Amino acid sequence: MSTSEFYLPEGLPAPAPAPDGLDKPYWEGVSVNKLIVQRCKGCKTYQWGPEWVCHKCHSFDIGWEEVAPKGVIYSWERAWHPVHPALKDHGPYIVVLVELPHAGNIRMIGNLLGDPKQDIKIGANVEAVFEHHTGSKMPYTLVHWRVTK
Amino acid sequence: MSDRSLRGKTAVVGVGETTYYKRGGAPDAEFVLAIKAILAACEDAGIDPREVDGFSSYSNDRNDPSRISAALGIKELKFACMQWGGGGGGGSGAVANAASAVASGVADVVVVFRALAQGQFARFGQGPKMSAIAGDMAYSMPYGVMSPAQMFAMRCTRHLHETGITRDTYKAVSLATYAHAQNNPRAVMHGRPLTPEAYDNARWIVEPYQLYDCCMENDGAAALVIVSADRAKDLKKKPAYILGATSGSEYRNAAPSHNAPLYATSSFTSLAPRLYDMAKVGPKDVDVLQSYENFTGGVVMSIIEHGFCTHEEANSFMTTENFLAKGGKLPLNTSGGNLAECYMHGLELITEAVRQIRGESPNQVKDAKISMVTSGPMVTPVSNSIFGSRETL
Ligand SMILES: [Zn+2]
Repeated sequence: MSTSEFYLPEGLPAPAPAPDGLDKPYWEGVSVNKLIVQRCKGCKTYQWGPEWVCHKCHSFDIGWEEVAPKGVIYSWERAWHPVHPALKDHGPYIVVLVELPHAGNIRMIGNLLGDPKQDIKIGANVEAVFEHHTGSKMPYTLVHWRVTK
Repeated sequence: MSDRSLRGKTAVVGVGETTYYKRGGAPDAEFVLAIKAILAACEDAGIDPREVDGFSSYSNDRNDPSRISAALGIKELKFACMQWGGGGGGGSGAVANAASAVASGVADVVVVFRALAQGQFARFGQGPKMSAIAGDMAYSMPYGVMSPAQMFAMRCTRHLHETGITRDTYKAVSLATYAHAQNNPRAVMHGRPLTPEAYDNARWIVEPYQLYDCCMENDGAAALVIVSADRAKDLKKKPAYILGATSGSEYRNAAPSHNAPLYATSSFTSLAPRLYDMAKVGPKDVDVLQSYENFTGGVVMSIIEHGFCTHEEANSFMTTENFLAKGGKLPLNTSGGNLAECYMHGLELITEAVRQIRGESPNQVKDAKISMVTSGPMVTPVSNSIFGSRETL
């Protein structure tokens, strides 16, 4: 799934690929609606966020693998107090920490789409929604989540 | 006792602080605040400040030991130590580093200090203003996870979910801490009591934290002086012997994008046993606890991880009454702490722990002999410390 509607107002710090190239495959993936994460070629351990070395076997030969863009809600927060000028008068928004059981239980942070005042259930199934900011000077994509049945 | 243990080899012999101010309210520059607190701690110890030969701080304190030494005409600087990372989680770590230097003969009189002037410099509680972010934070900041409250709230949500602990425990921490501040003239919230209704009716900052679950932001400085146990005997104040002090965190606690394997912790599960082992005491022996409140939920986790109660007992154990200095089972944050005395980045918790050993607390626990501090829950590294009176040696 992808969307051109923005969950949070523009003006927050935009994500940029690391200058050293570490996470280039991830950002290229999300730009075409694919979730691509690190998986060690040696010991097959999934790893997120990205590292230069496998934390398990210390191999530097870390591959990238496309994983199904789905998961379960591991934790969440609902932010009310704006700590950035772009969020002033915006109202509450939901952040979820999503676990990917099919990818070594790695976790990713995103926003939960839908009513910002909705009830949130830890353990609920969610799917990724790719939010493309193509109009930016440096185009980027955010990965949000939406509850599925 | 292993010869390599810190237990009883050093003591805090002086504590001092500036007036504590609201954020941006300090009339002095941050460097001046630091100097004033250091001079106050030396005065309290009865030690000539020129005799200080080491400094220990944390959270990248901006006030450089060499510059302080020049300003104060210190005879010879032998030790300048910064605890790496973890913000306020470095408080007891800075004590451990200072005590290690004194115990090993690297230096003789080491000052631990922290100074903050958030009017002069940037605030903690605001998001960054840059237009782009790369690296680990690129996976959280664009989603509105920017302030410390927003960075730690999901650890607490998960903890409440896993354990069935209720937010009434958060409320108990906040109410007891505020109650203690009402007896402490140094406290920024002195004369501003918090009622249960006001706690309940306060706005959400980020669920599960309401306003009074969050620390203040303040200006000021605090300092303490550490010398060897031998030297401590001859000084004017009753020494608070350092029975133990540790720092660190669990396996891969800093795994990026909230991937710490032990997520629903305050990062103390590996430190607590090490601290008790070093100090040769257990939670039952602790008379009074100062537990760093960046957010009340972190205090609840810290208390459990240090063995004062189990997850199952938390809802019944963690009441306002049990946290009060007067008659409580676990007197907590007896100066008002980060919530209501001053957000001196947790160093005010350590000066208060020392005052409890001396019998000088504004909420004195009767005959307090073992006084404990946990510094900076949910960050990494965190740290903790235990101070004891002479009879505990
Ligand atoms: Zn590997």
